[in-house]
Amino acid sequence: MSFLYFLINGISLGSIYAIIALGYTMVYGISKMLNFAHGDVIMVGAYICFFSLTRFNLPPLVAVAAAMLVCMVLGMTIEKLAYKPLRQATSLAVLITAIGVSYLLQNLALLLFSPNVKVFPSIVGNGKISMGDIVVSHVTIVTIIVCIVIMVGMTLFTGRTKIGKAMRACSEDKAAAQLMGINVDATISVTFIIGSGLAAIAGVLLCSTYPTLVPTTGSMPGIKAFTAAVFGGIGSIPGAFLGGLLLGIIEIFAKAYISTQISDAIVFAVLIIVLLVKPTGLLGKKTREKV
Amino acid sequence: MKKVFAIILAAAMVFALGASAFADGAFKIGGTGPLTGGAAIYGNAAANGAAIAVEEINALGGIQFELKYEDDTHDAEKAINAYNTLKDWGMQISLGSVTSTPCVATASETYDDRIFAITPSASAVAVTEDKDNMFQMCFADPNQGSASAQYIMDKGLASKVAVIWKNDDVYSKGIYETFKAKAAELGLELVSDTTFADGNDTDFSVQVADAQANGAELIFLPMYYTPASLILAQADKIGYTPKFFGVDGMDGILTLEGFDTALAEGVMLLTPFNADATDEKTVSFVTKYQEKYGEIPNQFAADGYDCVYAYCQALTNAGCTPDMSAEEICDAMIEQFTTMTFNGITGDNMTWGTDGAVTKGPKGMVISNGAYVGMD
Repeated sequence: MSFLYFLINGISLGSIYAIIALGYTMVYGISKMLNFAHGDVIMVGAYICFFSLTRFNLPPLVAVAAAMLVCMVLGMTIEKLAYKPLRQATSLAVLITAIGVSYLLQNLALLLFSPNVKVFPSIVGNGKISMGDIVVSHVTIVTIIVCIVIMVGMTLFTGRTKIGKAMRACSEDKAAAQLMGINVDATISVTFIIGSGLAAIAGVLLCSTYPTLVPTTGSMPGIKAFTAAVFGGIGSIPGAFLGGLLLGIIEIFAKAYISTQISDAIVFAVLIIVLLVKPTGLLGKKTREKV
Repeated sequence: MKKVFAIILAAAMVFALGASAFADGAFKIGGTGPLTGGAAIYGNAAANGAAIAVEEINALGGIQFELKYEDDTHDAEKAINAYNTLKDWGMQISLGSVTSTPCVATASETYDDRIFAITPSASAVAVTEDKDNMFQMCFADPNQGSASAQYIMDKGLASKVAVIWKNDDVYSKGIYETFKAKAAELGLELVSDTTFADGNDTDFSVQVADAQANGAELIFLPMYYTPASLILAQADKIGYTPKFFGVDGMDGILTLEGFDTALAEGVMLLTPFNADATDEKTVSFVTKYQEKYGEIPNQFAADGYDCVYAYCQALTNAGCTPDMSAEEICDAMIEQFTTMTFNGITGDNMTWGTDGAVTKGPKGMVISNGAYVGMD
């Protein structure tokens, strides 16, 4: 087992973190809030896909689409009911609300889906290909490809389309954007919808790679992806991509080459060091807070 | 109108009196276990097994039991709350907790309160350590670890073994340590030794790769079945097919919803209970359990069942009555359990030492075509 094998696994894990981190970073960028319920939207997406596949025997792509649709509606609802009324409130109030939504989703899942572990069927089957002495599963490859497609897509979307430009404008300055005729509320809604749709994809990929599904499945990857978003520079899309990938690779390498006992400690130590040297994260923009 | 009301009231009082008289005639047994959450399979199995035993014993008309299980979600803090609820209810004898970490917490409470306890399945040494009134129906972890190493050696299953264990879990660590010591003693070569922890228990690519790279023929998995299922899937993903050897926590892997049982084909585990056994007691228990709960009982259910029967035997021998205080019963039980021999469905001729650990023979099982089959 070689360096390359660990690298591929690290990139695959990092790709999942990156897709989740994207949701955090976009929402933070536009509304300056940390949506801690994001990790639980992942879990909901995975459950919807699981039931579509096993109970209704839908084809994988349809199941993923169903999961995305449900998550998008869920994301929009959460934003409308929980966050929008707090738009003028302190950021601390919004943060606490987000944690509340996170617990609400987890406990609803406990109630609706039962706490029993479900084994997620891989959406691309259990096939694998051998390259020399290393074996790579289809899921790993699909995960990496999907991540790249999403990153390129999101970069083009925010750079080229009208809504994307509106999103960037809102994240720069909401009041000015409103004066220029941009519907800020609608733009924030769209951001949540896109973020939640991506969360569904991340959930499906996560559970296809690591096939156990419980109501708390999303929380730890959610926290790690949040770390990745901060690592890469929160608010920045390429930052989320870079942060996610690096976090995944560091995690796997720490396990493989240093110790399986303290791998998480190493991951977070790296984060602390990076933030000490560069407080805005790797690709974060330096903004001066006006006093 | 007043008269009618008075009659109803009087009737209600008589009824209440009758009900409390009945309650007074029964020993109150309480236990905590994960009835919800990731380890719910264990808690419910143990509670269901105990409930069947209580039903059977009560039907005989002799000693009467009243059983109450409280949910602890495999969490030490919640277990203490659950324990206090049981104490308020008037628990006289305890079934401890189903899983190790919560049981360590409740065991120190039962020790302080002088309530006798026997846990069906909490196997950590810390559960019984330094407590004269805490006993186990299952093997203690050291026994599981060393018995597994001995079994692997005796049956010539492998000469190079890997072990993956959970380093924040007293159960996993306890088994790992004795396994390692016994393996060294027997000359079983431990070629790969890796760990995981809570929050880091989904990606096993490194651990499995390490075992493969070091040429392990067998991977020992002292852990619960949820991470074990991920390790089986990961090994399959890279086309690595060593033998897998689990402990009692592996029991339950076949009940995972959506789990491809082909992945568990050939997985071996040491467990004291075999639902396929043909002796009368086991057959009767398995049939009743299936009728009532619609599934084949696992080892935890059998342990719960045996605990209640062991109590029945000990209480009868000691001549205890339900009006005795928990402390009086506790002293009598300590004397009984350290001297008596008990025959149950999880083993014959069980005896307990003063340390609370049980002595009984383990049975090797292998998963074949999605079912447990005895190996001996």
